[in-house]
Amino acid sequence: MLTNAILSGLTMGGMYALVAMGLTLQYGVSRIMNLAYGEFVIAASFVAFLLFTSGGLSPLVSLLIIVPAGFAVSYLVYGILLTPLVRRARSREALEADSILSTFGLLFIVQGLMLVFFGGNYTSYSYFNTPVQILGTTIAANRLVVLGFAVLFGAACYFFLMRTRTGVALRAVAVDPIAAGLVAVDVRWAAALAFALGGAIAVTGGVLVSMFLTFNANIGVVFTMKALIVVIMGGVGNVAGALAAGIILGLVESFVATFVDPGLTIAVTYAVFLAVLLVRPGGLFGTAK
Amino acid sequence: MKNSPAFVIGAGAILFAALAFVPFYVDGYGLALAIGIASYTILATAWALFSGPTRYISLATVAFFGVGAYTVAVLGEVLPWPLVMLVAAINGMLLALVVGLSTLRLAGIYFVIFTFGLTELIKQLVTWYEVKITRTVGRYVFLDIDQQTIYWQLLALAAILFLVGYLIGRSRLGFALRIIGGDETVARHVGIDTTHAKVALFVLSALFMTLTGAIMAPRWTYIDPAIAFNPQVSFQAVIMALLGGVQRLWGPVLGVIPMTLLFEYLNANFPNYFILILGIVFMLIVYLLPQGVAGAVSSLRAWSRRDGKSVEEAR
Repeated sequence: MLTNAILSGLTMGGMYALVAMGLTLQYGVSRIMNLAYGEFVIAASFVAFLLFTSGGLSPLVSLLIIVPAGFAVSYLVYGILLTPLVRRARSREALEADSILSTFGLLFIVQGLMLVFFGGNYTSYSYFNTPVQILGTTIAANRLVVLGFAVLFGAACYFFLMRTRTGVALRAVAVDPIAAGLVAVDVRWAAALAFALGGAIAVTGGVLVSMFLTFNANIGVVFTMKALIVVIMGGVGNVAGALAAGIILGLVESFVATFVDPGLTIAVTYAVFLAVLLVRPGGLFGTAK
Repeated sequence: MKNSPAFVIGAGAILFAALAFVPFYVDGYGLALAIGIASYTILATAWALFSGPTRYISLATVAFFGVGAYTVAVLGEVLPWPLVMLVAAINGMLLALVVGLSTLRLAGIYFVIFTFGLTELIKQLVTWYEVKITRTVGRYVFLDIDQQTIYWQLLALAAILFLVGYLIGRSRLGFALRIIGGDETVARHVGIDTTHAKVALFVLSALFMTLTGAIMAPRWTYIDPAIAFNPQVSFQAVIMALLGGVQRLWGPVLGVIPMTLLFEYLNANFPNYFILILGIVFMLIVYLLPQGVAGAVSSLRAWSRRDGKSVEEAR
């Protein structure tokens, strides 16, 4: 039971870490608080489901289609919907308030589209659902695949941000957009790129989620919420912090679900969030904000 | 003369007294519409009461509304009606106090995030409690309260809300909140206890939302967590307030009336596309009318007078 709790905690934690990394890029670099983030995750789950059931495409293959599509759609969303707000905003706070309202509307548009096309029922499909014996416990193989891919994508993003020239530019904008502009970083370009990358990570998470969870058109909010909590726990814009916080959240949830009550996982998520807000509002690993 | 408190309050009292006669002139459908407009007027105005001056966007309207409704579902047949309302009010205010004290001393973004998930949290906690402890999900509300009485109760609550809102606007608290909305750092430097001011107003705004939920509860004979904590209600209240304009006390009403009629029409004719259209309407308002109808009217008036100063004031 203990190993099982740890393994499923790590899988969920890996998912949360991955999904939160996209949001921390969007919020940290582009300064867009994207409340529709979870809807993009779930929209990708539905597309993967559609490709699997009607096209017979394995979700891992459909990643090759969905991830570039997610990047492109997010780039367009930023270019068409959010650029006017960026131009209109007089301060960072004004942009945050405007982007919250705008993406709040977007949330209902994406959710409305999903309801029109797929209805409100819970959906799932069975992919690679063979039991595997590991460390004396049984786990579905797809969960291990998901964990592997989450680690792979997470590592790739981490490497990109920490070791490449573009990644450094993005992090510079996250720290101080004005100073970044002074050292010849194109801040507009960086913001659009970060938003699109965040969207690509969101849809990756969505495809992986669809492999082992049931989902419906209304649960995007939960993913947004958990991703936001992870971002704040890890410290806004802190990629390594988001990774660690995601895994902590996944483990805590899994332990509560296994040993206390599965109905209380959201309450625990909130309790963790509240504790962080009260004790370390700058994030677990953050310095003073 | 036109702006003296006695005149404004007197005119308001006459208006509300006239509105009390509405049930005698309309049929059942008209009364249902009037109840919808009255309840959303309270929700949107109470939302704007806090979010307008402080610019803190609360996404948790229905969390308080649902707490009120659920209190009635649980206690409605046990306690006399005034006592039920009192318990509902206490529940809503306690919840607002906890949320406010833990988030309002931080940057606005934490408050938004917290309220964004609050509805889901309360919904799941209520569901968990009902399944585990009372072993029922869903309750029947059999109260002998007819539609007219619900309308009158809402009207009375709305009248109190407008009176309170008007008095706050003229008080030290209202002045402090406008400074906080302008610049919080400045507010702190001139000696305003910003956290206390924000929490006080948030609790007050939540009180009205909770009571609306409590009054509306007898309209449904059956309540479960999904009905009581429907996130669309929060969304609609925000849309209406933004359309009307949040910088004036009477602004949200201008958004409530057209929106209630529009939603009624959409729900009847395009139920499957309802959420989608809701989202599109919302986006249009955010992009095209950032100051709402009230703000647009004020700027238009100022523009026609060619007086640059009052444009700034209107903002």
